Amino acid sequence: MDIKDIIKPENFVYGKSKVLTDTVMHYCPGCSHGVVHKILAEVIEEMGIQDKTIGISPVGCAVFAYKYIDIDWQQAAHGRAPALATATKRLYPDKYVVAYQGDGDLASIGTAEIMHACNRGENIVVIFINNAIYGMTGGQMAPTTLLGMKTATTPYGRRADLNGYPLKITELIAQLEGTCYVTRQSVQNPGSVRKAKKAIRKAFENSALKKGTSFVEIVSTCNSNWKMTPVKANKWMEENMFPFYPLGDIKDR
Amino acid sequence: MKEELIIAGFGGQGVLSMGKIIAYSGIMEDKEVTWMPSYGPEMRGGTANVTVIISDKRISSPILRWCDTAIVLNQQSMDKFEPMVRKGGLLLYDPNGITRHPVRKDIKVCSIEAADLSNRMEMSKAFNMVVLGAYLKMKPILERHNVIQGLKKSLPERYHDLIPMNEKAIELGMKEVKEVI
Amino acid sequence: MAEKLLKKGNEAIALAAIRYGADGYFGYPITPQSEVMETLMEEMPWETTGMVVLQAESETSSINMLYGGACCGKKVMTSSSSPGISLMCEGISYMAGAELPCLVVDVIRGGPGLGTIQPAQGDYFQAVKGGGHGDYKIIVLAPASVQEMYDFVGLGFDLAFKYRNPVMILSDGAIGQMMEKVELRDPVRRLTDKEITEKYGHWATVGKPASRKGNIISSLSLAASEMEAINLRLQAKYQKMRENEVRFEKTMCDNAEYLLVAFGSSARICEGTLEIARSKGIRMGLLRPITLFPYPETAIREMLPQLKGIMSVELNAGQMVEDVRLAVNGAVPVEFYGRMGGSIFSPEEVFEAFAKKFNL
Repeated sequence: MDIKDIIKPENFVYGKSKVLTDTVMHYCPGCSHGVVHKILAEVIEEMGIQDKTIGISPVGCAVFAYKYIDIDWQQAAHGRAPALATATKRLYPDKYVVAYQGDGDLASIGTAEIMHACNRGENIVVIFINNAIYGMTGGQMAPTTLLGMKTATTPYGRRADLNGYPLKITELIAQLEGTCYVTRQSVQNPGSVRKAKKAIRKAFENSALKKGTSFVEIVSTCNSNWKMTPVKANKWMEENMFPFYPLGDIKDR
Repeated sequence: MKEELIIAGFGGQGVLSMGKIIAYSGIMEDKEVTWMPSYGPEMRGGTANVTVIISDKRISSPILRWCDTAIVLNQQSMDKFEPMVRKGGLLLYDPNGITRHPVRKDIKVCSIEAADLSNRMEMSKAFNMVVLGAYLKMKPILERHNVIQGLKKSLPERYHDLIPMNEKAIELGMKEVKEVI
Repeated sequence: MAEKLLKKGNEAIALAAIRYGADGYFGYPITPQSEVMETLMEEMPWETTGMVVLQAESETSSINMLYGGACCGKKVMTSSSSPGISLMCEGISYMAGAELPCLVVDVIRGGPGLGTIQPAQGDYFQAVKGGGHGDYKIIVLAPASVQEMYDFVGLGFDLAFKYRNPVMILSDGAIGQMMEKVELRDPVRRLTDKEITEKYGHWATVGKPASRKGNIISSLSLAASEMEAINLRLQAKYQKMRENEVRFEKTMCDNAEYLLVAFGSSARICEGTLEIARSKGIRMGLLRPITLFPYPETAIREMLPQLKGIMSVELNAGQMVEDVRLAVNGAVPVEFYGRMGGSIFSPEEVFEAFAKKFNL
């Protein structure tokens, strides 16, 4: 069969979202960021809000999110995305504002900003990628690093007496009156990707309804810095991350 | 015309607001004014003072080494500001609580029993207006109706029903001020 | 006749922001400037002009709210005092790097550290020479009266948008807390979202229509050659500011033999010193830089042939005097007089220091 026979419209089963650019992503093969970008772009496309969505990219691996998702972007200083999102949403109440942050950005240097944005109930969407490690700087301990987990700054494994405990920031955020939807998802298989996409869509819909802050954590892998193959990283995540960071909705109102 | 005035006393005596009324009255006469307060924690229970300058011309320094008039409402302020009055200037004070009375002979010294008078007339809240009246009697630099306008401008509207009492207090101060030296 | 009010410098900033059509104020309480946000909250401009006023959780957050708001092409501002400005310096550097317009008001208090809440001018270096990291400049305006506090809000926003660059009003506790007569200017209407899109839609994050590529606002560029090109572009912009935006005021300079150079509250005090000197027959003048960056170095240099000496008068240990000396380049003696930590000199004290330094 010739290629021309295959690419006929009636055989069309899957297409890249038009909201994704053609730029080749810099993410490592196996990284969760690419999948999350994809479903975020799909949600924006399906809701028809490309012209109304403003993204805030963090400092961390996702700093370049602006290269891949074709919307207007602001690139924030480390940890400050919720502050930018707050002002943007307040100044443009009819637009959709999404802050995309990693665990170091959101749960370490930017703890104050995320807590207060959520507590004020800003009508924004927060996507929180938790892979329990600093990716871009080369695999140092993150606030969400599990006990015993080896990183560049915990070469013998994270110890509570030396490094403190892994931070369940999502559970803390669920306590805040300003949040309307707090959920923990993952993207390691087709089923979980579908669920995560639904969660992101719901977060955007909440934003339009002015219900408060919607917070979507995606428990993710960083196979490069975990020093594993992508397949093994997924398995390790299921076995080690999920028991400590259980999936599902924590709050929905 | 240029009047450089320092008002000093305890926080809560209405020192800053008296200065504000004088400054606003100056604006009513289309004069240049500055009102420079001491600010911060020292005001809480401690002494408060404000420098008010009213002038026909642009005002240069809001910070003064010498003043034309010092209005002194407690002992610390007496110690600090008596020496700052220019030769030939005016020192106006309330003797209530003063243990060391003014000693200078090269300035005019006046007293007003504002605390006593306002208490006796059951308008202790208008204490500072009694002092203001005494000051305006000794230094008639502002028209009476402009002072009332200044009072209106500096009081929030919800307190405007108190204006007649304040006017009365000003009159009382004008009547009761005494020249000491 | 325009309405004349008796207002504190800090209150004037707030009133000017509303009347100049600011879109957003984001701030955090700190003495001696808290009246700015307090006045805004009392005025409730969101009910009238639609201006957003928000008390942030920190100065760090305030300046990053400005970053977000400025990305949107909106007129945004904050105010703080020295320790708070230190926290904001990161954000100011980012905004300079990303070429974003905003207005930052610094009502200086005495430092270093927590210091004192009394007035000082110890943040000249921070404002003029950087504060944050990298080779950037912001336009710095130094008001010397409550009216200038009011007027520089409008001027500051205009310059910020003209150059797409942060602008700072560098004031101090004296000007912030002082009350003077303020003449309110004619109000300027806020731009509508549509007008903002028309004016700034080619760079601002206003939502991407199908007709254009996404607008990306970032100060990041990992390739050295690209980052150098950006730096060169920024430097060219700063050069334009030097050529076009120098502002200063000269008092009694025409026949002056001695020159005081002072900004802000110090300049006001030095006006009193001038009166003293002139009454003694000393031909003294005052040059007051209104823009601290760009600095009026040419104005100083042009006066050199007539001068026997210059004294820089500042409420710090001697900061602006370095710029005076750069301008003078050894041609005449440049002396310095200052006090620190919230202590303020009187006009007489400045005169005495001057007379001593120049043996008069």
